[in-house]
Amino acid sequence: MVTLSLDKVNVKLGQRPVVRDVSARLEAGTLVGVIGPNGAGKSSLIRAILALVRSEGHIALDDRDTARIGRAALARAMAYLPQGQTLHWPVSVERLVGLGRLPHLGPMSRISEADTKAIERAMTRADVIALRTRAATELSGGERARVLLARALAVEAPVLIADEPLASLDPGHQIDVMNLLVAEARAGALVIAVLHDLTMAARYCDRLILLDRGALIADGRPGEVLTQDHLRDVYGVEAIIKTETGRPAVTTLWRSPPRV
Amino acid sequence: MHTKGVRPPPGHPRRYIVIGVLGMLAMLAALSSLLLGPVALSPERILEALVGHGDAIASTIVLELRLPRTLLGLIVGAMLGLSGAVLQGFLRNPLAEPAVLGTSNAASLGAVTALYFGLAEWHPAILPALAVVSALGSLGLLFLLAGNSESPLTLILAGIAVATLAGAGISLSLNLSPNPFAAMEIMNWLLGSLENRSFVHVWIALPCVVVGMVLLLWDARALDALTLGEDGARALGVSLGITRLRLLLGTAIGVGGAVAVSGAIGFVGLIVPHIIRPLTDRSPSAILVPSAIAGAALLTSADIAVRLIGTTAELKLGVVTAFLGIPVFLVHLLRERRLW
Repeated sequence: MVTLSLDKVNVKLGQRPVVRDVSARLEAGTLVGVIGPNGAGKSSLIRAILALVRSEGHIALDDRDTARIGRAALARAMAYLPQGQTLHWPVSVERLVGLGRLPHLGPMSRISEADTKAIERAMTRADVIALRTRAATELSGGERARVLLARALAVEAPVLIADEPLASLDPGHQIDVMNLLVAEARAGALVIAVLHDLTMAARYCDRLILLDRGALIADGRPGEVLTQDHLRDVYGVEAIIKTETGRPAVTTLWRSPPRV
Repeated sequence: MHTKGVRPPPGHPRRYIVIGVLGMLAMLAALSSLLLGPVALSPERILEALVGHGDAIASTIVLELRLPRTLLGLIVGAMLGLSGAVLQGFLRNPLAEPAVLGTSNAASLGAVTALYFGLAEWHPAILPALAVVSALGSLGLLFLLAGNSESPLTLILAGIAVATLAGAGISLSLNLSPNPFAAMEIMNWLLGSLENRSFVHVWIALPCVVVGMVLLLWDARALDALTLGEDGARALGVSLGITRLRLLLGTAIGVGGAVAVSGAIGFVGLIVPHIIRPLTDRSPSAILVPSAIAGAALLTSADIAVRLIGTTAELKLGVVTAFLGIPVFLVHLLRERRLW
């Protein structure tokens, strides 16, 4: 069981601060949604967690500073599903999912029986077995998103971090992906997902972190974070929030009038 | 990364078949290269010369002319093919080849400098040595220009700047050459050839190419990981800075050593990976070794063609690879466009 703790994390891009003093303690077994408007620093925060961008403050995995964990060990601890779907070569689906095993391989070693099984498991769970011999660049957007998710699952890391995993997916596939992320969390992983769809975030996430202009505005259960005040202050929108199902469902109405 | 248990997707032959067939083609080309030449020698006389029991004429022709020439064809071709495959994967650009990073031009400039100042006449090793040094120097300049940026575009732009600078240096030497013969000598070298090469050249090129190949093949998986982009690769545990240093150093040393003995030979590094890719599962690591073997076979064959095509002056190898390269490249370009 893994714990990720952030202590006063700051990220600057050039001179511009994009993440300011974010502190949080994230436990295994939870699906954490990171929400906030465009430019709120969501991607920068998770890139800082993954040590892909330089940050100030402390980020620790089980009380071990991530800056002191080597790149390969970090890759085994945290799987990352980047934003977007750019693939640079038309490799087969099976081969692409197999890339998820790279952190487990030595420089000259061959792929092992255990790796092969992990690849099969990941492909089964993301439901891409039927696509295994297809070129990943020739798939539809929804298929490719699932294949890339399978690639991240193949790492079998205790932490899974997904940047906008629902982008360009139809409602059915959005639900499939969210169910998969929930299943990962229930199986004991810490899953962090950057999300834009507030209703999906509220329905599936155990906890939401709301960012605005780099700062943490709210952190808690979806019902606590998704309030009309927060939506007005952070997104600048008026919304109806229904809570009949126990989870908030957000319907945005219009832009809030500018505050005086 | 293919292994037992995982069946390769249909549509391309198994890896060992590809490597086996290409290996046989390269051996065939090498044998033909030993057999063919202006003086007709029977296979028996060649074989006797190779094992050290041949008559004086056959021994001289085989051991001092044809064998070094054949070995250089294999070595230089393999290096050009491999570096093309590595750079296309690393820069994620199907047009990449050693010339894109300025390595070939810089090595040529080193050699041209040796010719221009007459240094090449002191010792046969001076020209290739200067070429390798110049290729390494260009690498330093490349790093200075590209800085810490990990984007392939920055590297390509810096490479074009280095290549243009080296090209300007070559033009300057032609411009200022004291007499037409000096200019002719430089031009001849620039066209690329394996004519009249000796074992001195083999001993200069071989260590450079071996070091270059080891560096380039060290971590082929990093190239596969880059299929997912820089962030994706780093999140998979790839240290991009070290990978970049290793690959560029390998290219500078290996291609520097190859160009140093053969002159600038274009297109092999560009077209070979395109010929090989459809025969593999198209992942960047899978084309490396086949591209090296195919490069060796291609350049050795081109060198045979140079000898067989009857012209008053012997055709230069770089000219033949360029003519050979264009149609092959066009065919594959059209085929790739339908696939991509």
